Amino acid sequence: MLETMMGLLDPVFWGGLLASTLRVSVPLVLCALAATLSERAGVIDLGLEGKMLMAAFAAAATGAATGSLPLALAAALAVGVALSMLHGYACVSHTGDQVVLGMALSMIAAGLTVVLGIAWFKQGGQTPPLSDAVRLAPWGTGLATALQALPVVGAGLGTVLGQGLLGHNVLVYAAFALVPGVWWLLYRTRFGLRLRATGENPAMVDAAGLSVKALRYSALALNGALCALAGGYLVLAQNPSFVPNMTAGRGYMALAAMIFGKWHPVSALWACLLFGFLDAAAIRLQGVSLPALLGGGAVPVQAIQALPYLLTVVLLAGFIGHSRAPAALGVPYLKER
Amino acid sequence: MSQAVELPKWLDVVVLPLVNLLMALAVCALVVAGIGLNPVQVLTLLVKGAFGSASGLSYTLYYATTFVFTGLAVAVAFHGGLFNIGGEGQAMMGGLGCALVALALDQHLSAPLLLPLMVLAGALFGMAWALVPAALQAWRGSHIVITTIMFNFIASALLAYLLVNVLKEPGNMTVESRGFSEAAQMPGMHQALAWLGIEWPRTPLNLSVLLAAVSAVGVWLFLWKSRAGYELRAVGHAPEAAHYAGINPRLQVLVAMGISGALAGQVGLNELAGVQHKLLLDYVVGAGFTGIAVSLIGRNHPLGIVLAALLFGALFQGGAELAFEIPAFSRDMVTTLQGLIVLFSGAMARVAAPALAKLYQRLRPAGAAHA
Repeated sequence: MLETMMGLLDPVFWGGLLASTLRVSVPLVLCALAATLSERAGVIDLGLEGKMLMAAFAAAATGAATGSLPLALAAALAVGVALSMLHGYACVSHTGDQVVLGMALSMIAAGLTVVLGIAWFKQGGQTPPLSDAVRLAPWGTGLATALQALPVVGAGLGTVLGQGLLGHNVLVYAAFALVPGVWWLLYRTRFGLRLRATGENPAMVDAAGLSVKALRYSALALNGALCALAGGYLVLAQNPSFVPNMTAGRGYMALAAMIFGKWHPVSALWACLLFGFLDAAAIRLQGVSLPALLGGGAVPVQAIQALPYLLTVVLLAGFIGHSRAPAALGVPYLKER
Repeated sequence: MSQAVELPKWLDVVVLPLVNLLMALAVCALVVAGIGLNPVQVLTLLVKGAFGSASGLSYTLYYATTFVFTGLAVAVAFHGGLFNIGGEGQAMMGGLGCALVALALDQHLSAPLLLPLMVLAGALFGMAWALVPAALQAWRGSHIVITTIMFNFIASALLAYLLVNVLKEPGNMTVESRGFSEAAQMPGMHQALAWLGIEWPRTPLNLSVLLAAVSAVGVWLFLWKSRAGYELRAVGHAPEAAHYAGINPRLQVLVAMGISGALAGQVGLNELAGVQHKLLLDYVVGAGFTGIAVSLIGRNHPLGIVLAALLFGALFQGGAELAFEIPAFSRDMVTTLQGLIVLFSGAMARVAAPALAKLYQRLRPAGAAHA
């Protein structure tokens, strides 16, 4: 009991929790932004998981083969955007079922990455660990040390902020910087206005002389690039190598976060941070026992892990606020019927 | 831009699905060739592994049993106009129900009493897990695709919690329940055939396969020969017209998802009562998602689903054999093919239609040119 209390007062604990919350949230944030863009244009994306997984594999395989970070990132981007273009070909050009397509992409990715991984690297589907030259280096560690060395506040606040907010790699900062970026694109540009209109009333966009198809394809291209960054992050920053099915449902959790954030990039960010925090906390609380005050016993880690999904269902049911999808979401647009 | 292309019925029902399936197989063959294997050799070994021996055939039928249940589950929901992606979670919960009854009563009841109770419990648990998203869809308008996905994750967390904290035997390091006694074990096919004096190799194939066959017939009778099934299909086909004709659409959402969940719940019977004889994590291993592929190529008809389930059973069994024989081949090739089939037969099902229509126009006899 006393030890638990002492642990909660330790600034290193809070700094570490803050840091891992941010790190776990990054793929969620990137995928949630990807989903926001495509769904705001009226295209459901259940393929986030598949796009992210394939991009992660492309980055890891290229990184292992060439030892070049730019090439690894380029491969991830190419694969992510190509899958999104397939998404567009099937669902925008040929009015295929968007939900079914998402399932197909996720299944193909789960299988193909392992098939190719085994054929190319012969390590049971893993890629060899990537060398440091390919990995994203942390930024601002010097500043973090400086913060901790400050007089008065250094030991407490300095440690929390220094360990929590500094010393991450560039993709972490990029992901969070992209949130206002996507907001600005959607709400402050002509392109964004048209994109949102396409998701609400494509016939009107068409009548205004704009191409619904072109708008949906552009949204999907951005969507593919963002999923690719998320996949790249998994192998270039979070994990030392590609591991089969390493996305482990993060794509679906990002989708849940986007719905929780009511199809809005900034609200989706808060949802991602909440889900990321729950994830980081669950990992830390594994095997920790509850204080006697709450009845003792192990912390039900599974309950914490299920909470994001449960919260999303409760929100969708309209019991806490109301989450409304774009009106034309999932409806293929046919010109001149 | 693909407009709705009109094709003669035989082209639409037989040729187009075959073309789609062939495209998926062709892409898969390219992948096989791409990793340096010979597609013809792979296919030969695959067919031999799946059908070449009594044991291989039994494994094929054992896998097919699970896929019939999940395929039918997707199809019933589909006929009610709903896309149930929650087969995975419903199968987990059905297995949980089946196992709880087995663990509670296997010291007290004999097999003829206990096994039907386990079937019932599996159905009820699977049904209950499907009814929550169904009710949320019917009364609160929550999108069932999203809620069923969420329920898959919640089911998996719930199962893990119960196994780790409640059902795991103290002192056992692996996360699984105690073993079921004999009374809670579904007899294997080799046992059943031995009663009839026929010798059969020992495989996971068990009498659940009969329940799968009965379920397929039952679903066909329900959907096409009963009033309730007609109402369900009416709502799925034309909700407004059905509502105007006095059918309660909300009730039909519950009926469709309830039956769907009950069917998915039977996966536990085949896997837990039939093979594992205990409750463990991850016994569903994607069967719920395979059900989507099975239902798509089976065109949501029980007969088609049985055939498609056999195809997938053969792929899983043949793939396992292949992985033994050729180290470079991994069973994940089957997952890839499954995804490709969902892509070509599902999401891109109409992409080949215009080309097919053009070909038909050119090739059909001149006399019938102005139909």
